[in-house]
Amino acid sequence: MASAMIEIREIFTQVEETFHELGPPLQVPRKRGAVCAVLTNPFAGRYEPNIMPMMESLNPVGIDMTRRLLAAMRVSPEQIEGYGKGAIIGAEGEIEHGALWHVPGGYAMREVLGGAKAIVPSTKKVGAPGTALDVPLTHINASYVRSHFDSIEIGIADAPRADELLLALVMTTGGRIHARAGGLKASEIKGEDGLR
Amino acid sequence: MSAKIRKIATFLEETRSEMGRPVDPPTRRAAAVAVVENPFAGKYVEDLSELMAIGEELGELLTQRAVAALGISPAKVESYGKAAAVGENGEIEHAAAILHPKLGAPVRKFIGKGAALIPSSKKRGGLGVALDIPLGHKDAAFVRSHFDGMEVRISDAPRSNEIMVAVAVTDSGRPIPRVGGLTKDQIKGEDGLR
Repeated sequence: MASAMIEIREIFTQVEETFHELGPPLQVPRKRGAVCAVLTNPFAGRYEPNIMPMMESLNPVGIDMTRRLLAAMRVSPEQIEGYGKGAIIGAEGEIEHGALWHVPGGYAMREVLGGAKAIVPSTKKVGAPGTALDVPLTHINASYVRSHFDSIEIGIADAPRADELLLALVMTTGGRIHARAGGLKASEIKGEDGLR
Repeated sequence: MSAKIRKIATFLEETRSEMGRPVDPPTRRAAAVAVVENPFAGKYVEDLSELMAIGEELGELLTQRAVAALGISPAKVESYGKAAAVGENGEIEHAAAILHPKLGAPVRKFIGKGAALIPSSKKRGGLGVALDIPLGHKDAAFVRSHFDGMEVRISDAPRSNEIMVAVAVTDSGRPIPRVGGLTKDQIKGEDGLR
């Protein structure tokens, strides 16, 4: 995180451990977690044609966030089954600034998890401090696994400020609790194309 | 009877700068929140001792979880707070029964000391309600640098028959305190106030 473009104000992690969802208690509770970094948006308040230099400097940020999240969840990389990413851009920034997170966010989780195959689902928006973002989740090796279609709501009361970016990574140790809506199961994954 | 817990969430916040000024070491605070069934939802019950027992159980569990999230030894905790949000079929008094009679003792036992009152708040609300947990220094309520609050939310709680119970701990006060008052190095620690 030594790059001059990266100034982190705050790092926030949240972890949720669910024991049941109105049905029978799970043998192993499911964990879901999110890590958010709030950093200065170096392009706030103006139109900057060349924003690419920031992308590479986000790689180590993503790696550090992924490791923090695994530590907060108290799980090993092998236990992660679902993932997603998101960004909230402060009021003086462009949605395009949030798009800088696509590559480094995905790279970081694949790197630390050891080669997940599926695309990392994502969402982003421009928003005020306290804005809630529903970050999508899917299975790390096969996007079509229906039990793992899910999302985590994130939000920090005082972020992002107008000249900040909030970048998020989310991971889970399982799909929805009591999943029973059919479709491709995790046990049926072929794992060739990242889809099925 | 023990608490029927649907979910536990922990939140950890680390602030590294404020208005461009570095905060070094960063200020850190954590909250642990349990979502439990309200055994008295939808009816008036005179004797709330069952909820008091749930408060005692959660005091220990949530303090352990929050301190673990900070990754510090329990003795390093500087401030604390507690709060509860009751789902729409419950009474504010249910939150009071969980928070006030018995929740504090296991908190203090775990972190050692804690002469000051544990500041608290409570409310009734629906799914995703924001709970602002007040924070104060654990040994001297008048330490001004540690007057603070932490907002927590869980998007799917509390359901109407549930109660959200939160304990928050910190290893520090506000990021760059400069409004004077009693400082932590001046604590006498005898009466819980100064």
